Amino acid sequence: MSPLLSAGTPAPDFTLPRGPGETVRLADSRGHPVILAFYPADWSPVCGDELGVFNEVLPEFQRYRAELLGISVDGVWSHKAYKQARKFDFHLLADFEPKGKVSRQYGAYREQDGFSERALFVLDGAGVIRWSYLSPVAVNPGADGILAALEALP
Amino acid sequence: MTARLTPPVTARDHAQGPPEAPVTLVEYGDFECPHCGRAYPMVKAVQRSLGQNLRFVFRNFPLAKSHEHAEHAAEMAEAAGQQGKFWEMHDLLFEHQDALEDENLVAYAASLGIDAAGAAAALVEGTFSARVREDFASGAKSGVNGTPTFFINGARYDGLMHPTALLEALVAAATPE
Repeated sequence: MSPLLSAGTPAPDFTLPRGPGETVRLADSRGHPVILAFYPADWSPVCGDELGVFNEVLPEFQRYRAELLGISVDGVWSHKAYKQARKFDFHLLADFEPKGKVSRQYGAYREQDGFSERALFVLDGAGVIRWSYLSPVAVNPGADGILAALEALP
Repeated sequence: MTARLTPPVTARDHAQGPPEAPVTLVEYGDFECPHCGRAYPMVKAVQRSLGQNLRFVFRNFPLAKSHEHAEHAAEMAEAAGQQGKFWEMHDLLFEHQDALEDENLVAYAASLGIDAAGAAAALVEGTFSARVREDFASGAKSGVNGTPTFFINGARYDGLMHPTALLEALVAAATPE
């Protein structure tokens, strides 16, 4: 498997569904930082999990005008129900067809499991990766690395 | 990447146990979170085991979007703290996680001898919301990855939420190499 894309690499552009009939194109987010949070699956069974914490930390991200996008191989209907149930105030993108294509481009796909890694990227306003982090799948990363990376942006 | 407590414990924090204790346990918690409720007796257990060798600090990390009473519960703990009753309120809240409406919070304040009208007004006015937000922001910077998240002598504890496992980690941190 290709390694996780690292700092200094231009982030590969993509267009992914963020809901039924709606898409997000990464290149449309130029001009402000973007946080990409790849994660294994919707519906993880704990309440204070990674995305739940990021959802609460959104105001801290917004101090840097950063936009958070979650990405997994789940389909749009799963994402829609999951986002509603957890009251997420950010978009979940479906890397569903072709499955895992974008995750693979970022080196954030687990071939052996068929889902995305728990991987984080911070992109600057020009769409260049400034920080990336691959977490053990079983350990929820906190927002500390993201906040440090946002703070270090020029 | 090891998540580190940022900023470290200072006099601003609510602490039980001596500052010179060889090990400091910091919890980022949410008074409405069921996992924190389950961790509450675990913390009491390690406090009993370690006595004066442990300093325990609690910082607020209310997951306000999923727990609608968490923010006000945190603010009430801080209101009590200003009257020197933080830990009494902390215990009451964790022992009554199913009754955290504002009227309950005010009743707990009254039961601790705190001016109930003043406590109710503080919730409405958000007198302690900035303090809670400071705790929250420090938790985000420190790498809090759910509630509860514990830090032992400044390093995030990623082990099991079980008294024996936590005690072993605390003892290891307290023991010079």
